[in-house]
Amino acid sequence: MNGPVFIAGMGIVSAIGNGLPANLQSLCEEKAGIGEMHFLNSVLKGELPVGEVKQSNAELAIATGLSVKSPRTALLSGLAAGEALRDAGWDKNNSLRTGFISANTVGGMDKTENFFSLFSKNASSGRLADVVNHECGAVTELVANLLGIRHFVSTVSTACSSSANSIFTGARMIRAGLLDFALVGGADALTRFTLNGFNTLMILDKELCKPFDENRRGLNLGEGAAYLLLASENGLKQLDKKPYARLSGYANANDAFHQTASSPEGTGSWLAMKGALDKAGISPGDIDYINLHGTGTQNNDIAEGTAINLLFGPAYPKMSSTKAYTGHTLGASGAVEAVYSVLAIQQKIIFPNLRLQTPMKEFPFHPVTACLKNQRVQHVLSNSFGFGGNCSSLIFSAA
Amino acid sequence: MQTDRYISASCLIARNKINKNGQILFEYPGPVEKFLEETYKYFEIAYSKFHKMDLLCKLGFVAAEILLKDSGHKTKYGETETGLILSNAHASLDVDLKYAKTIKEGASPALFVYTLPNIVIGEISIRHHFKGENAFFVFKHFDGNFMADYINGLFDNNLIKNCICGWVDILKEDYRALLFLIEEGSSETGLVFSAENLNLLNKKDHG
Amino acid sequence: MLKLKEQVIERLNLKDLKPENIGNDDPLFVEGIGLDSIDALELIVLLQQEYNIKLSNAEDGPRVFHSIRTMAEYITANSPVVKISQ
Repeated sequence: MNGPVFIAGMGIVSAIGNGLPANLQSLCEEKAGIGEMHFLNSVLKGELPVGEVKQSNAELAIATGLSVKSPRTALLSGLAAGEALRDAGWDKNNSLRTGFISANTVGGMDKTENFFSLFSKNASSGRLADVVNHECGAVTELVANLLGIRHFVSTVSTACSSSANSIFTGARMIRAGLLDFALVGGADALTRFTLNGFNTLMILDKELCKPFDENRRGLNLGEGAAYLLLASENGLKQLDKKPYARLSGYANANDAFHQTASSPEGTGSWLAMKGALDKAGISPGDIDYINLHGTGTQNNDIAEGTAINLLFGPAYPKMSSTKAYTGHTLGASGAVEAVYSVLAIQQKIIFPNLRLQTPMKEFPFHPVTACLKNQRVQHVLSNSFGFGGNCSSLIFSAA
Repeated sequence: MQTDRYISASCLIARNKINKNGQILFEYPGPVEKFLEETYKYFEIAYSKFHKMDLLCKLGFVAAEILLKDSGHKTKYGETETGLILSNAHASLDVDLKYAKTIKEGASPALFVYTLPNIVIGEISIRHHFKGENAFFVFKHFDGNFMADYINGLFDNNLIKNCICGWVDILKEDYRALLFLIEEGSSETGLVFSAENLNLLNKKDHG
Repeated sequence: MLKLKEQVIERLNLKDLKPENIGNDDPLFVEGIGLDSIDALELIVLLQQEYNIKLSNAEDGPRVFHSIRTMAEYITANSPVVKISQ
């Protein structure tokens, strides 16, 4: 009880690649994956750059073994979750207790919105079977069944902090002695619903996003999935493998300011980061790298920057937003960035904040702009701040 | 440190009735939107932002107001001491449908903002200045076992001093909100905080 | 400007307000009526749908939506067909 929580396996699919090696390569080669829409059929095609996963539903179905009629969120989830389990060498016939805690915000919306546009014109058109997996929880169940996890299955849906929250929910259950393994993370696919919604909030950049840049104009939406297999000490022994890292700290707080904007002082962000440091039992000076939430919106970057200035000043760790590579993957972002944070520890690399040209004038610090190798990366802080004021921070430490 | 915890209050909103701690406080027949508006007026909630909220938020917001009414909550607890752990089966589906209809003519930002189930936590937090732990889970049914384990963990790790938890779900005219206030200590009238008691109260029909 | 006030009340769900409660020069945001950033976005959609005017630069928002009168003046200046007077 209350023992360490290890990261025994990881899996990921994003705009910059399918699988851990591909993502790592893109990160090191500074190759972003944001650009034209190919698979999503939207009136905004050509107007807004997005971070699409470069595989069709048919390709994803073949790779996962799920039906091609599955929602894209489930396909992405199945792919990344499967990789995490194989990466860890987890066997579904092991005698220990495994939970699956998956996050998403969009559920099977990609299928539903297609159904809806047919149905709204003619009530007898559209396949009802398309909406059967609409709900967030249904997508989780499809993947749980695919993987053969039955002991505990749950879904977290708290906007952009969803998968960060599912990660530490799994950690808490392991520390409470309720699980030996927790497959945690999340997925979200691009949909017209989300694209139009963000567009109407006027927070999308028509160009490639520039997180933490003085001239930033908004975010780019992305899609993807990422999972970590968390293990207790006992679980890790059974896998008989060396862990990537430990999840040493985590915290969650509510900004209590606005449904979709952050408070200018970054109160929620500050509380989440401070809480995570306290949980990990380390001080701000021990952090070697911050993977920023850094969406590229006017509001987030100033709020997050303000909180960092207050908490870390006058000595600031290196930091970057990898959303410049992948776009904002919403429900998947906490987990995608957790994977990148753990890779940073494993590889001793600090990934750059692409396209940063003019640092924000408000702060005496700015993100790194080149890929830095052979770094000291013992402790990494990863931020995920969601609509609804839900702010979460995770700390990963070398095992 | 293990302390005793108890369920100091509960609020059930279902079938056009507002029920607090087993007593019906208010009743209004009619569609849920009107019912919630009349409830808002009856309890003199006076929060103009209420009218902008979607039905899930109105439901959860009103349930929290009534749950905390006359509890002295504000004076007892600091900003970061209250946990807000909610769950439902339909996420934000009710407003998702309404928002989807607007996409063609001009997507509505005011509706889009509500197309996430945890916004109800945001609205309650803004109203009451809660800056503590908050989470939203999607389950097929209310899960007292999970809630008790999860929330006891928060108490055990000194992350909260009290918790508002439960179920807030709506899809068209099918709605149910059941919130509990969990506090430390024990009371003459409060039930012990346990999975059994949560599940019992969930099953119990308040009439 | 009565019709404009009615449209604003309807679109923004300002159920506690009647047109006579909104003065032509009352500040709409922060103080006065106390609208927020999401309300501003809805007003942009209102301009588009009711008056066929596209406000693509969010930074013009505070100036255009300062009060009912500034909104009316903007609509009168930018709509090919509509003129809003008293």
